Amino acid sequence: MGRMGRRFVIGVPMVFLLVIFALPFLVVFKISVSEMDGVRFRDLLTWQDGLLQLNLKFSNYRTIFFEDDLYLRAYLSSIWFAGLTTVICLAIGYPFAYFLARSRPDIRPALLMLLMLPFWTSFLLRVYAWKMLLADNGVFNNLAIALGLLAEPVKMMNTPFSLTLGMVYTYLPFMVLPLYANLVKMDIRLLEAARDLGATPWQAFWRITVPLSQGGIIAGALLVFIPCVGEFVIPELLGGPETLMIGRVLWDEFFSNNDWPMASSVAVVMVLLIIVPLALFNKYQAESALGDKR
Amino acid sequence: MATTAPGSAKPAAGQAAVPFLRLSSVVKQFGDAIAVDGVTLDINKGEIFALLGSSGCGKSTLLRMLGGFEEPTSGLILLEGQDLVRLPPNERPVNMMFQSYALFPHLTVWDNVAFGLRRDGLPKDEIATRVEKMLGMVQLTPYAKRKPHQLSGGQQQRVALARSLVKRPKLLLLDEPLGALDKKLRERTQLEVVDIIHQVGVTCVMVTHDQEEAMTMATRIGIMSEGKILQVGRPGDIYETPNCTFVADFIGSVNLFKGRVTVDQADHVIIDTPECRHYVSHGITGTPDMEVHVAIRPEKIGIQEPAPGPDDYDNAVEVGFNCARGTIRDLAYLGSQTIYHVVLESGAVVKVTKANDARHDESRLASGSLVHVWWWGSDLVVLTQ
Repeated sequence: MGRMGRRFVIGVPMVFLLVIFALPFLVVFKISVSEMDGVRFRDLLTWQDGLLQLNLKFSNYRTIFFEDDLYLRAYLSSIWFAGLTTVICLAIGYPFAYFLARSRPDIRPALLMLLMLPFWTSFLLRVYAWKMLLADNGVFNNLAIALGLLAEPVKMMNTPFSLTLGMVYTYLPFMVLPLYANLVKMDIRLLEAARDLGATPWQAFWRITVPLSQGGIIAGALLVFIPCVGEFVIPELLGGPETLMIGRVLWDEFFSNNDWPMASSVAVVMVLLIIVPLALFNKYQAESALGDKR
Repeated sequence: MATTAPGSAKPAAGQAAVPFLRLSSVVKQFGDAIAVDGVTLDINKGEIFALLGSSGCGKSTLLRMLGGFEEPTSGLILLEGQDLVRLPPNERPVNMMFQSYALFPHLTVWDNVAFGLRRDGLPKDEIATRVEKMLGMVQLTPYAKRKPHQLSGGQQQRVALARSLVKRPKLLLLDEPLGALDKKLRERTQLEVVDIIHQVGVTCVMVTHDQEEAMTMATRIGIMSEGKILQVGRPGDIYETPNCTFVADFIGSVNLFKGRVTVDQADHVIIDTPECRHYVSHGITGTPDMEVHVAIRPEKIGIQEPAPGPDDYDNAVEVGFNCARGTIRDLAYLGSQTIYHVVLESGAVVKVTKANDARHDESRLASGSLVHVWWWGSDLVVLTQ
């Protein structure tokens, strides 16, 4: 019964992952290697002249990697923007989470509530709001001109600036929450011990707080970086036509070009691009944790 | 009766009037609550001083003020004449061993011990020699590369001690140094720690709620209650001559009687309490008929089955000897000793302990036995507070 019970407990999430993640991924992968037969996909296995034939087409992958540099440029640009967003979120989110974790315990729930408050409004509306704020005749420009700070409007919308701003704004809570959860658990006496041993407050922060919050930093960075790489809505609304992000390329392949196999190939490469480094990282983490216990 | 002047221990011969560590009217308030209420205390160089009290008595706050983690509301803290009050913890020549150690979990034993030396920017090879010497002293050399969570409680305790000693502080603070260890290990470690502290020759202030720990380790003890130091003295002084009922009751166990002085002579007094009459074979400072407490330690009371012969208990008082009849109500056999609860004829209950100093005890005192208990007039302590 014990073994059965354990298998059941592990089995339920396994089945869930299989249905939610693995099956759709296989479907997408199948489409990416399919040939179009008019508006339909040709079956992967067909009987032709009494022979079983396997129809696989890898030319889409060849296009992505070797023929059209649009895709690689889009991947690199996505990684660049996602990375930039992650770094800025960390720079803003760390002090944010730190003061949240060190705030008076009785006002902490209220502060956390404020952090979650934007989620009560639709994400789309909030991104649209930034459009209004950043436009050439938007709130910021008008205000600056009215105050005499600017002579003419500065172009902010549809630039890398507006794109990064929108992504940082949207994903900041995903950085703050894991960092907060980590920092709030930290034993304050460790900082006192560091101070006692001659560390300045700044040294104590870098030598003790930061290394001990490594887990929170990694969790927050992944929570921001991964969705940012594939982000579509924010580049579409705030990024302007010339910002290249893989999410938009994907959209265009699906809905403008109607080239589902190509779009699926782009999606598969994107998933692998994210999963492979992640898996390697996890393996490294697990090994170093194991090494510690020995 | 005046409380024993704090820090009344004689200064070491040839030393100037400036004490090594002087606390002068130190007060710490948290909002309306007074945690430390006007503590004045001198601590001598090289001694191990224990602040002993129950939780919430202000002893930890006092220690944290020495470490620099709390600022006194008022008062002075002078170390060799230098005022520490405004100095942040990292600029004080003081190191603390924290309760449950506060070892850095992400650093190895070696790096934990080296942490303080690195902050001082010492050359690498000097750090290495000092860390290694320190690890050798606490017998942790083979564990240098381990992380704290890979060590036992006793080993962690030694890392914490090494970490706080390696900077050669002028003053070492120990916050419940052995509180996290189990009883057997604690007893062994107490003397080891004292040994190491003496080897290093550092002055030490420790905080504990465990009176055995304080009495084993400390040269002097300060009993704290409600933010005040009630009595300072060597372990023996505090146990044998407590200055108030709180101290008498807090340290060890005691039988307390409340009564009035009926005979007040220079060489003896007689105090009548509702339970019995006490002959005290020394004079006291006080007025006749004043209300006092009489204290007697349970191990200083003799207990035996009624002695045959004339019942001259009442006359016994005249020869400096107190005795009373009673019945054993409860007894607890603890191996090395037995605790008896004896109901006297007056209805009062006294605690008596008797060492089980022979394997075969023929007296066989049992629950319900009629006994007589007796104690010397010189073993009584008269307390006016």
